[in-house]
Amino acid sequence: MVRMRSVVLLLAGCLSAGITQAAEPIRIGELNSYTSLPAFTLPYRNGWQLAVEQINADGGVLDRPLQVISRDDGGRPGNAVRIAEELVSREDVVLLAGTFFSHVGLAVADYAKQRRVFFMAAEPLTDALIWDSGNRYTFRLRPSTYMQAAMLAEQAAELPATRWATIAPNYKYGQDAVAAFKTLLQQRRPEVEFIAEQWPAQGQIDAGAEVQALLAADPEAIFNVTFGADLARLVREGRLRRLFAGREVVSLLTGEPEYLDPLQDEAPEGWIVTGYPWYAIDTPEHNTFVAAYQARFDDYPRLGSVVGYNTLLAVAAIIEAAGSTDTDALVEAARGIEFASPLGPIRFRAADHQATMGAFVGQTALQDGRGIMVDWFYADGNDYLPDEATALQRRPSE
Amino acid sequence: MSIILLQSLTGLASAASLFLVAVGLSIIFGVTRVVNFAHGSFYMLGAYLAWWLHQWLAAGALGFWVSVVVAAVTVGLVGVLVEYLILRRIYKAPELFQLLATFGVVLVIQDAVLWVWGPEDRLGPQVPGLDGAVLIAGHYLPSYDLFLIAITPLLLLALWWLFQRTRWGILVRAATQDREMVAALGVNQTRLFTAVFFLGSLLAGLGGALQLPKGGADTLLDINIIATAFVIVVIGGLGSILGAFLAAVLVGQLNAFGILVFPTLTLALMFLVMASVLILRPQGLLGKPESAAPPTGPPAPRLRLPSRLSLMLWLPLLTGLVALPWFTQGYVLVLMVDIFIAALFAASLHFLLGPGGMISFGHAAYFGLGAYGAALLVKYLSLPMLPALLLAPWIAGLGALLFGWFCVRLRGVYLAMLTLAFAQIIWSVAMQWYPVTGGDDGILGLWPAPWAADRISYYYLSLTLCALGIYSLRRMMFAPFGYALRGSRDSARRAEAIGIAVRHHQWAAFTIAGVCAGLAGSLYVYSKGSVFPDVMAIPNSVDALIMVLLGGVQTVSGPLLGAAVFTWLHDELSRLDYWRFLLGLSLIGLVVLFPHGLGGIAEQWRSRRISS
Repeated sequence: MVRMRSVVLLLAGCLSAGITQAAEPIRIGELNSYTSLPAFTLPYRNGWQLAVEQINADGGVLDRPLQVISRDDGGRPGNAVRIAEELVSREDVVLLAGTFFSHVGLAVADYAKQRRVFFMAAEPLTDALIWDSGNRYTFRLRPSTYMQAAMLAEQAAELPATRWATIAPNYKYGQDAVAAFKTLLQQRRPEVEFIAEQWPAQGQIDAGAEVQALLAADPEAIFNVTFGADLARLVREGRLRRLFAGREVVSLLTGEPEYLDPLQDEAPEGWIVTGYPWYAIDTPEHNTFVAAYQARFDDYPRLGSVVGYNTLLAVAAIIEAAGSTDTDALVEAARGIEFASPLGPIRFRAADHQATMGAFVGQTALQDGRGIMVDWFYADGNDYLPDEATALQRRPSE
Repeated sequence: MSIILLQSLTGLASAASLFLVAVGLSIIFGVTRVVNFAHGSFYMLGAYLAWWLHQWLAAGALGFWVSVVVAAVTVGLVGVLVEYLILRRIYKAPELFQLLATFGVVLVIQDAVLWVWGPEDRLGPQVPGLDGAVLIAGHYLPSYDLFLIAITPLLLLALWWLFQRTRWGILVRAATQDREMVAALGVNQTRLFTAVFFLGSLLAGLGGALQLPKGGADTLLDINIIATAFVIVVIGGLGSILGAFLAAVLVGQLNAFGILVFPTLTLALMFLVMASVLILRPQGLLGKPESAAPPTGPPAPRLRLPSRLSLMLWLPLLTGLVALPWFTQGYVLVLMVDIFIAALFAASLHFLLGPGGMISFGHAAYFGLGAYGAALLVKYLSLPMLPALLLAPWIAGLGALLFGWFCVRLRGVYLAMLTLAFAQIIWSVAMQWYPVTGGDDGILGLWPAPWAADRISYYYLSLTLCALGIYSLRRMMFAPFGYALRGSRDSARRAEAIGIAVRHHQWAAFTIAGVCAGLAGSLYVYSKGSVFPDVMAIPNSVDALIMVLLGGVQTVSGPLLGAAVFTWLHDELSRLDYWRFLLGLSLIGLVVLFPHGLGGIAEQWRSRRISS
């Protein structure tokens, strides 16, 4: 039981920090698609649980412990809005956090706007969340579709290839990623042409046929946006049918352990990807995080774990800076706030509420029968965002 | 030229596991008439079991084949368990009711798989000896594809032999045609059903295990295969093995070539094909036309006009609902609005299913048309809330009028699948028509007008509109129109003979149900503030079906009760880890205890009192 668990965490936090019983906990409403996307959201849950434990062990926020009320939205926006309503009206939470799917994130963001509740969107990738449909109460942590596509477009521009094909899941996320990548690559390399686009249905890719269609177009390089089970099928068929031989592949999110690890010894080599090489990042703050995570869960962190961890760090920093749990104070405090994370300092831009959390860009390789990222660097989010004035123009006025 | 050859070979290979999963479903439906939603779960179970066994047995070609066979047999036994423990108790229940139990099984297996094998996707093993590729016309084709292409006709042949040449097969075919007659001839039906379930589930498990080298096992396999399986069964014709084979090959080929010609059509392609087949050939490629009479279950009892007693029950309930905001202004009101909307949605489906005798697997289409109707009226015409709320249902009605014209020409599961096809086509339009619908990013900012923005006002608004909608549906059920509709359901020929235009009545009922679902949809939009394509997706259609069946198809107020119980149960249980497991178990429990639905409890007690 999530609720039971968080209560136990809270108690543990109280005891270890010696907080008196009188300190009323600060209640945070958290919702995510725990049943519909467990591969990403369960490590995410571990991440925020670790953060809560650590924060409470250090005395909490504003001398009060944090208590997270966590719920499963089942991947459906209508459910998410109802749960948000319950968290706010019945559970008396001071703010909302979480969500994975873009449409769920947008629904909760719109709810936050209507009911004037602070919302920390952890994972939804859509650009609409902070730009076209952005609002005063919504902040987003993870680097967006646009940012990650921009990081890859920069790398892709270095390649000699001029004839490109794309393959992306047939919904808004895939569409946005392909559109951003095309525009940004052609800005740098006007001679690049896109000769084929494939749009498999999410979760139902007919990998053999898609690979054959890409082969028929005979591109020099491929931009891939599929992930999860679809990616595994694409990789296997592509390898057997020699799609990747002599072709460059640039691939969104493929370096994330959630998607790379299931490929085991068939992980592709030499793909340019965004991801999270937790095993190779050697900074004091990240080492501390990994050690604590492995001690607590007997498992290694995934990208979801970092996102979950950072979400709660961000929330705690914002409440601390606001000095209260009043929504307007939280919004004002969050604008431009900077906090320390395992990935280094992250700032929430004042203009468009996007965090500068970046992603790791590198190449895939095989080591000891599993896929890893090599030659990677940390691409700071701020370098791949339009400047704040431009971003502000894309947002509706408040 | 070579691309065409390669693409058709690829299509044939992907037809293999489609065929296996579909043929199992087809056999089970043909004999037991159970619409088995859990069939996709058996497929997923087969994949996970084979993967797990293979890990355990370690590498080697022998290890793989042993895993495949053991996994398939185990899944067959799981199927037997489900049949023995659950379905056997409810064969006598009204038609379609078993669907509810199998939906419970889906939920239970989803969480069981997550619990046992964890959330991470599992990559399927490669088979030693079949892990390479063969050069054909200058292209590489995975050798496992060739194996699949070879084995499918062999499996077809084996099944053909089983059904044409063995005594057991002849009995099964006889039972497919006339269950009662087979029973009268002294064949042990119970054992026959169990055996059929074993075979059908085994085939699903085999399909899941055999696709491992083409991908792997993940927690969404069940959801992703089940609709496809139904589509193939229906295109091929229910109960036809050769039909399932032809349909699997057809769908495999269409996918392979479809993505060459129309790469963006992947969401709707299969459903477009099914819709065209059904419109041209209402019984599928090789199916036999369904008989006019409802195939199973006891005849529907007469609907009685609400007695004074039940009116006396309704009045306090309504008064209680009106008085509720005096006692609480919190979250309960929000949940109640969801329940009202669900109740109207369920009532509209019940109107189609109960008095209309028409099954719909795609009722969310009209809910969604109402929802998007309201959203688009606001977005493009800037209509205020009330006009948008009241106009949108007619957009849904227009949709129902159009699709209904095609649907009422069909019967039974074929009709249901055509409604599903239309729903999926509309869903894919909402997903892909970005400039208008915003695609997956939906339409935001659809909150009620200031006068209805607070919780209590919106509560009263939705209570009023839902009550009016539900009342109109009930009123129509007992109007001459409703009698004519029920007459058409029970005996289309007699109804026609006394001058009732059967099809027109069904068409009108379809449209009315669409309008009411549309009203529920437009109320839903304003309660959530945004709309996304998921309102038209399969899970929403399934929810409506679950609510109606849970409440009982043969009672008037059952669907309302079903909607309330399901929405409440879902809300209550989803606070827990592994809530799907608990929800599934609750559904199975309710199904076994109350085979006439919750609304039938009173009836059940009454008849028990009379008989004792």
